[in-house]
Amino acid sequence: MSQTEQVPALNPETQGWFARAWDSDMAYSLRHSPVAAISLVVFLILVVSAVLAPLVAPYTPFDPSSLELMDGFTPPGEAALGTGAVYWFGTDDQGRDIFSAILYGMRLSLFIGLMAVLLAAFIGISLGLIAGYFGGWVDAIIMRIADIQLTFPSILIAMLIFGVAKGLTPPDLRDQMAIWVLILSIGLSDWVQFARTVRSSAMVETRKEYIQAARMIGRKRRAILIRHLLPNVMSPVLVIATISLALAIILEATLSFLGVGAPPTKPSLGTLIRIGQDFLFSGEWWIILFPSITLLLLALSVNLLGDWMRDFLNPKLQ
Amino acid sequence: MLAYIIRRFLQGVLVLAIVGLIAFCMFRFMGDPFENILGQEATLADRKALEQRMGLDKPIPVQYWRFISGAVQGEFGVSYRNGLPVSEMIAQRLPATLELAIVSAMMALGFGVILGVYTAIHRDGVLANFIMTSSLIGVSLPTFLIGILLIWVFAVELGLLPSFGRGETGQLFGWQSSLTTWSGIKALILPSITLGLYQMTLIMRLVRSEMLEVLRTDYVRFARARGLTERAINFGHALKNTLLPVITIMGIQLGQIIAFAIITETVFQWPGVGLLFINAVQFVDIPIMATYLLLVGTLFVIINLVVDLLYVFIDPRLRFDAAGAH
Repeated sequence: MSQTEQVPALNPETQGWFARAWDSDMAYSLRHSPVAAISLVVFLILVVSAVLAPLVAPYTPFDPSSLELMDGFTPPGEAALGTGAVYWFGTDDQGRDIFSAILYGMRLSLFIGLMAVLLAAFIGISLGLIAGYFGGWVDAIIMRIADIQLTFPSILIAMLIFGVAKGLTPPDLRDQMAIWVLILSIGLSDWVQFARTVRSSAMVETRKEYIQAARMIGRKRRAILIRHLLPNVMSPVLVIATISLALAIILEATLSFLGVGAPPTKPSLGTLIRIGQDFLFSGEWWIILFPSITLLLLALSVNLLGDWMRDFLNPKLQ
Repeated sequence: MLAYIIRRFLQGVLVLAIVGLIAFCMFRFMGDPFENILGQEATLADRKALEQRMGLDKPIPVQYWRFISGAVQGEFGVSYRNGLPVSEMIAQRLPATLELAIVSAMMALGFGVILGVYTAIHRDGVLANFIMTSSLIGVSLPTFLIGILLIWVFAVELGLLPSFGRGETGQLFGWQSSLTTWSGIKALILPSITLGLYQMTLIMRLVRSEMLEVLRTDYVRFARARGLTERAINFGHALKNTLLPVITIMGIQLGQIIAFAIITETVFQWPGVGLLFINAVQFVDIPIMATYLLLVGTLFVIINLVVDLLYVFIDPRLRFDAAGAH
């Protein structure tokens, strides 16, 4: 780092937001960790192309009217038999463009992952705050439930919740509801980490003077919990949320791959890999390869970002 | 000490009671058991008769008690899908899953310890560094992708190993085993690698870090000063003292292996209880789902209990803590 770049940071008000962000501690750490920087770039490219899928994708893969059956099984980069078009990642049995299917699939995977983590964080943080602040039997009950849930792998819990929820929804709504059921089952299987972390920091914070002061001047319980306690227990939550996002994306892909997730009419990356597995033996390798690589890039970049963030926010671990 | 054991035991019973309650609720309140058994053309009188015969007119706590005592005796009702008794279907498929899980665990343990010792002794070696780096990639890969990758390389491209099923099975100690025939053993290789890979890397990293720690201690330096061979030091002194945490981790991971067998069994079409369960979830076959939940719950509680007790028996320091704390 040269001196000239460091000096302007001392007077942040005169800078634009970008320059200020560039000079922040976080960006500094990011610039000095090539793995994290590359992960961030990869993640951002994936997210942007997923969000803008309707604009970026050359085809609308799940609109039956746009499919060219004659273009089926076109290998990547070759001219298709029917229309003569060249598909980057090839086409599947129905002439669907794999590249477009991946973009839409990733969009769904990211959406489900994010919503599930938000749900898990909401449940976990609420229960963790309550357990840490009140202590006693409330704490005992919440943490016992968490302990019992931890005994079982989250994939098993997610599957069970998915099965039960599927049984409770009427059959004609199942395909539409599948995505929300998936979010619910992944979210409910993953709240324990949040609750345990928030609880332990909330227990420490509750004994500090500012909470006692807030209590003495007569603030309401809810205000103390949300206004005073919550902001002070949030920093480890960000790390857990990032790692949870990687786990949720993999869990979603696994469930969809097993056929208990996103339906084939609205495939996520896992569903695409499930579909592609059928063609592995007949030599159409591209149908399964490209979705798998995308899933890997997505999960790996989020994981590495989570690792970096943990090191950055918790220097003691370094 | 005794109080600690009793506490852990009661905790296990409590967990089982809760798991049983969830399974009971699934049985009782999801779907319509009458329609599933009698079909859609049943009259009201038929329903009443069945209600009495099955005891569904009794209060809920009584029903719960009957359900639990039935489950203890191996009564789990019939599958909605094909009308066979669930206990029979599970019993038929359980050996396949247990065999897969045990072989995977053994492989993970064996290779994990060997690689862990190797990477610890040659900590800066080229091969050791390569193993450590590739293990990181192995951990990041989702299980089902590992399975697909193995199928692609060894079944599709090289044509060496079968990609699905159990191969031929024969009788071994009273159950259908793949280990008795050559085709069965070949069919077992890819699934057990897929299932055990994560645990293998876990054990490898654990053994490596424990070994590095132990190799720095005074008694190892004394052993070296006494002029013992490197081999005797590494295996007789160092490795022995790293195995305690390995046993515990392996115990806990056994539960994970059984849960993740669901994925491996789906990828390789392995006819075990995991595949049965995932098909049950797809078709909302409640009795099978509930029975699997009970089975796995019981298994997990037993494993956790045994690991906890083993730990206390093996490590005297913990025994003291446990006695002092309670």
